[in-house]
Amino acid sequence: MVGLHKSEFQNPVINWIDTRLPLFTMMTKEYGVFPTPKNFNYFWNFGALAMINLMIMIATGIFLAMNYNASTAGAFDSVERIVRDVNYGWLLRYVHMNGASMFFIVVYIHMFRGMYYGSYKKPRELLWMIGVVILLLMMATAFMGYVLPWGQMSYWGATVITNLFSAIPVVGEYIVTLLWGGFSVDNPTLNRFFSLHYLMPFVITGVVFLHVVALHITGSNNPLGIEPKSEQDTLPFHPYYTIKDSVGMCVYLLVFAVLVFFVPDYLGHSDNYIQANPLVTPTHIVPEWYFLPFYAILRSVPSKLGGVLMMFGAIAVLFVLPWLDTSPVRSAKFRPIYRQLMYVFVVDVVVLGYVGGKPPSGMNVVIGQVCTAYYFLHFLVILPILGKMEKPLPLPESISNPVLTMGGGPLPGAALAKPMEKI
Amino acid sequence: MQTLRIAAVAAMLGFVALAPALAQEMEYPHQNWSFEGPFGTYDRASAQRGFQIYKEVCSNCHSMKQVYYRNLEGIGLSPDAVKAIAASVDVPTIGDDGQPAERKGLPSDHFKAPYPNDKAARAAQNGALPPDQSVIIKAREGGADYIYSLLLGYEAPPADVKMGDGMNYNKWFTGHQIAMAAPLTEGRVEYADGTKATLEQEARDVTTFLAFVANPEMEERKRMGVRVVLFLAFMTCVTYAVKRQIWSDVHH
Ligand code: HEC
Ligand code: HEM
Repeated sequence: MVGLHKSEFQNPVINWIDTRLPLFTMMTKEYGVFPTPKNFNYFWNFGALAMINLMIMIATGIFLAMNYNASTAGAFDSVERIVRDVNYGWLLRYVHMNGASMFFIVVYIHMFRGMYYGSYKKPRELLWMIGVVILLLMMATAFMGYVLPWGQMSYWGATVITNLFSAIPVVGEYIVTLLWGGFSVDNPTLNRFFSLHYLMPFVITGVVFLHVVALHITGSNNPLGIEPKSEQDTLPFHPYYTIKDSVGMCVYLLVFAVLVFFVPDYLGHSDNYIQANPLVTPTHIVPEWYFLPFYAILRSVPSKLGGVLMMFGAIAVLFVLPWLDTSPVRSAKFRPIYRQLMYVFVVDVVVLGYVGGKPPSGMNVVIGQVCTAYYFLHFLVILPILGKMEKPLPLPESISNPVLTMGGGPLPGAALAKPMEKI
Repeated sequence: MQTLRIAAVAAMLGFVALAPALAQEMEYPHQNWSFEGPFGTYDRASAQRGFQIYKEVCSNCHSMKQVYYRNLEGIGLSPDAVKAIAASVDVPTIGDDGQPAERKGLPSDHFKAPYPNDKAARAAQNGALPPDQSVIIKAREGGADYIYSLLLGYEAPPADVKMGDGMNYNKWFTGHQIAMAAPLTEGRVEYADGTKATLEQEARDVTTFLAFVANPEMEERKRMGVRVVLFLAFMTCVTYAVKRQIWSDVHH
């Protein structure tokens, strides 16, 4: 398709640019008039919030990097220097530090939304899988970022986690040496982690772009889990959802601000204010809170390789979730059993997080194992079977015609599995 | 159903709110600190007395290498007083002849450490290393409450406990055997402001000072925080009102 774009913009400068590079047309199409289901609830804010969070991380990170010293001798002091001597350095650091926690809160809620309302189902499987890739990249980024201040938890967390790779048969040891750049976590490790920590957010930005493109091909899911049928079912993105996202953003920033300004170290671990010391092992080595459920899964298996496989398996099952859930109905609203099991699943993950932060002894081990078993049971056994056995509630005819008020005949669940018809 | 949902939400909120507390092994008796809460500030007089204790007692063994003399203006000392304090120490430098020399300290100098390096510190302290105190409040679970309890926690060891050589029994220290002998005693210092130097008073003052050096930005941070939170609360209301207005023509 060669040739100038026919721009509808009146402003001559915008028109001139838009004719040659239709950015303005694209923005209008994707964020202005983009037809969006009219029945979103506030769970649909979290994608936009994640995007804002990513931008905040990049903005604060770049300024931190200007004052950060990536060396084992200087890293700890340079971070203290940022907090004490750089103008508003404390603000930069506390925003970045708590921003990582906010990022995971937002993304975990975003994922819960996807699971509860079946947003990963056809035709949005790839959209969901790209999301899982983003989660993996975020985890790697946050892990490497946590190493940078070079406190005790930075050092020992890095040692424990990088050591996991040695469980991989044949190439394991080689990978660990490569990660370390030597034979233990040391200056070369810190340097490469800093380099990668700077790089990865931009990779994430690229993948987020794909995520949004995929979203705008299929259109958004919605709380009813049925596709919009007519123009009555949708609203232009602007101003309806720009303003609704703004409400969510204000609340999000409020929570964020309370953390940053009043309890900046609340979610952190006190040991990370002790400079890294290879000769002193902390009594409990624990990762940041957002990794605790996975840490619990890792520790619930007595064998190292087994634990590593389970931990990565816990994310791998998310990848294939669209094919594990066999129900043709998307939204938990119309799946009475699935709906309850979703809550059980949340409790299971929270309990995993709790035991992940405890020393692995006595009851904690047993609870961790039971919850790990249930985690996999949920995905690998319950979801495939439930989809076949559960009797879904009648679905409304369309978003604007709820079945009860119009009395229209409910669609059989299977009819929804059809690819969406675009209006 | 409803109960399940409430349980799930409660479990999640509870986890986020209590995670740090759950991770904590020990509970330290809680003290009232002037720097607590969203409007907390450092009790200037207490922090100044605390600095006196640090200077006269703790600094014989503990360094505080992140802190500058100029930071002392943050606890209400005048620039001249700070200059005088800095000038009272000699800091190593290189003289015009290229040889090691000493000069008088300046407000822009870091606090001078008692020992040139960790090895020297250990050698003088029976093998134990007195940790740097710049962020000690943040580096211990329990923060100010822990430090305060620790300073008051020295006791005669129970009969069945065999103490290591040069070790002291402290009921709040992990393992109860600490290499630091009780640094504070009744009347350990004579306060410049005439306050009676009881043991509790000393512990409270030095802890307040340690809290200050760990978070010198705290007062500015909380002041800004109050304004930011008020602004965001206002914006939330305005945005919500506008949202209602825009959505008023949409039929659900
Ligand atoms: C005679 C030297 C000496 C003096 C004076 C001294 N300390 Fe210590 N301090 C030590 C040593 C040595 C350790 C390390 C103890 C250990 O690891 O067993 C220590 C450890 C500590 C710790 C860390 C305890 C922990 O949880 O690991 C704190 C807090 C502390 N001192 C506070 C103070 C304060 C406050 C003062 C002044 C009132 C002070 N110290 C004066 C030698 C001293
Ligand atoms: C996906 C986005 C990001 C995540 C999840 C993330 C996460 C983290 C985390 C958890 C820390 C440790 C915080 C602490 O304990 O102090 C950290 C530190 C750091 N990050 Fe990031 N980060 C992101 C983006 C960036 C970017 C884009 C840059 C730079 C361009 C950057 C630069 C730094 C620097 C210099 C530090 C060390 C300073 C410090 O510890 O405060 N980060 N990051």
